[in-house]
Amino acid sequence: MDSEDTQRASRSERVRRQELHLDGRDDLAARAERHPMDEMLREDRLPHIWCPGCGLGVTLTCFISALQKSGLDLDKVCVVSGIGCTGRVAGYIKLDSFHTTHGRAIPFATGLKLANPDLTVVVYSGDGDLVTIGGNHFIHAARRNVDITVICVNNFNYGMTGGQAGATTPVNARTTTTPYGNFEYPFNVSSLAAASGAVYVARYTALHVRRLEQAMVEALLKPGFSFVEVISPCPTGYGRFQQQQSGLETMRYYRDRGRLRSEADVHQAGIVLGGDIIEGKFVDLERDTFGQAQESGLKRAFDKPGRDGR
Amino acid sequence: MSSLGALQGEFFMLGDDACAEGALSAGCRFFAGYPITPATEIAQRMAYRMPQANGVYVQMEDELASMNAILGASWAGAKAMTATSGPGFSLMMENLGLGIMMETPCVVVNVQRGGPSTGLPTLVGQGDMMQARWGSHGPYSIIALAPTSPQDLFDLTIHAFNLAEEYRVPVLVMTDAEVGHMTEKVVIPPYDEIERAERKRPTVPPEAYQPYLCEPGEWVPAMAKAGTGYRFHTTGLTHDERGYPSTADERVHARLVQRLVDKIEQNRDRIVRTESMYLDDAEVAVVSYGIAARTALWPIQMAREQGIKVGLLRLVTVWPFPDQMIRELARHVRSIVVPELNMGQIVLEVERCAAGQASVTCVPHAGGGIHKPLDVLQAIRRAAGWE
Repeated sequence: MDSEDTQRASRSERVRRQELHLDGRDDLAARAERHPMDEMLREDRLPHIWCPGCGLGVTLTCFISALQKSGLDLDKVCVVSGIGCTGRVAGYIKLDSFHTTHGRAIPFATGLKLANPDLTVVVYSGDGDLVTIGGNHFIHAARRNVDITVICVNNFNYGMTGGQAGATTPVNARTTTTPYGNFEYPFNVSSLAAASGAVYVARYTALHVRRLEQAMVEALLKPGFSFVEVISPCPTGYGRFQQQQSGLETMRYYRDRGRLRSEADVHQAGIVLGGDIIEGKFVDLERDTFGQAQESGLKRAFDKPGRDGR
Repeated sequence: MSSLGALQGEFFMLGDDACAEGALSAGCRFFAGYPITPATEIAQRMAYRMPQANGVYVQMEDELASMNAILGASWAGAKAMTATSGPGFSLMMENLGLGIMMETPCVVVNVQRGGPSTGLPTLVGQGDMMQARWGSHGPYSIIALAPTSPQDLFDLTIHAFNLAEEYRVPVLVMTDAEVGHMTEKVVIPPYDEIERAERKRPTVPPEAYQPYLCEPGEWVPAMAKAGTGYRFHTTGLTHDERGYPSTADERVHARLVQRLVDKIEQNRDRIVRTESMYLDDAEVAVVSYGIAARTALWPIQMAREQGIKVGLLRLVTVWPFPDQMIRELARHVRSIVVPELNMGQIVLEVERCAAGQASVTCVPHAGGGIHKPLDVLQAIRRAAGWE
């Protein structure tokens, strides 16, 4: 760190302590001024880069809360992100965290998990990252049933680069690269996960935080490829082109059109512009993880007398 | 086989298999790959051998995934490797850069074949040598080795792991279809007698740890292992010593890039390896690497028999380039001949270092085969002024 940066950091810490009247108080009182999630954030990296009205902060709050409730050893939790607005989560959360390249968080996470099965590995990234440029890794990790949790914050566009269309953009939606409307059919991301073999698939909006948090807890504790899709507002890059000028308006839309239907056929639950958003836990099944299958398969092979495993 | 799954003894072994065994002997316990001729045998050998050595083999969905998987595995604490050929090497380039930026030790083997594009899948080439140096975007330095035989491939794969651990950088083993598909005697020493380097681990407590802070006078920071409580952050973005992105301050970028380059270039003397033959009295020097250096031996001997004072400088390490050695060589010989299985890549580096002190000529070859001895002999005779 530059000495200038150090000075700036210690100055802002001093100001913060003055504002919170922390100086001169005893430890307990000082601690009471802290947010219970502070320990989980890299405070020296805040404020974050997300726009006003963005849903990412909400999802991160749910995630931290889910981690705290999960009972997992947090020293063993790794968060891997790709590139994009959601990709910045890895930089804000105070865990072992990896901010990788565009679309490649899942294979990076696969390497982490397979090389050390004691780790809990979470991929936290956006729709463009996970199912557009990184779609191949997404379907194969689900097929392989590698024991990772993937959280996909789906805002239907490339937010960081300024609101371009991607593989999740609904038909007819306007974006900066579909000025006359989107003429491609999008992926139903939860359906894609389920069809590829994910053992846990849930979708909630960033408004339905209790259910979202619960889904994250379940996904974290689920052995195998678990997947949570979060439908999230992006007023800057997407909403304003669909007559939703603010994050609040998008949240109202979620309230009005969100439909809790865990029994729904996930493959029929695609997102249509202006339509209902089907939410729920769509898949929760048992299947050997890649690691378990490998272990039992190799044991079978090596236990055969007179054979060296081949 | 030792209890750790490493072989020991004398074998009649395929080059690709020797590469896999070298990796195991180096302590590699994670291999991610994707089938591609002529590197597939490395993956096959690893699929068979890794479980015996309590390691992990995983076949990924493509080479982008393979490259990323070994980076993840390396952060989880494993020595990790992937192997490919030209088309897959091209796909790995972006994330090779991630490995360089995050300073992640790993080994990438390129069993080179004829290119461009799908080219000649089963036939030899050395057309990826400049790609090895410059193929990922942005400024950086890298280490690349060029073996000439299955034994050499075994030895240099171990060396590659050691360099990767020491300098925290992906190390490239730039072999080729001839060496990879050649079967020769390979001697594997006892596991305990093999020198193995390990990456430096942090000794400070987590709250004092900065992932990219070097000790004074050092270029390589200590690397925490994921899951050990350090709660570190790493990114492909330009970052400061804390590992935090710093994308608006060009001074931070300059400091980082300079160190990534310096840790290789300032240690050239320790990294660079060459082999020389008949150079003491030489008037003509053949400078070559990999299979082309091996096939140059016969024409060099023929030229010697004809009375031409010619010697060989074989580049074991191609990157970083042995600048100083070529500079000195150019002062002592009249001309330099560079046979390589491409249309002229490493010859450009030789010309740069010779800087007009000796004439430099390439013996190019489009790939698909090795040089005809008479072509190299003729180039030597011309360089000596005999033709």
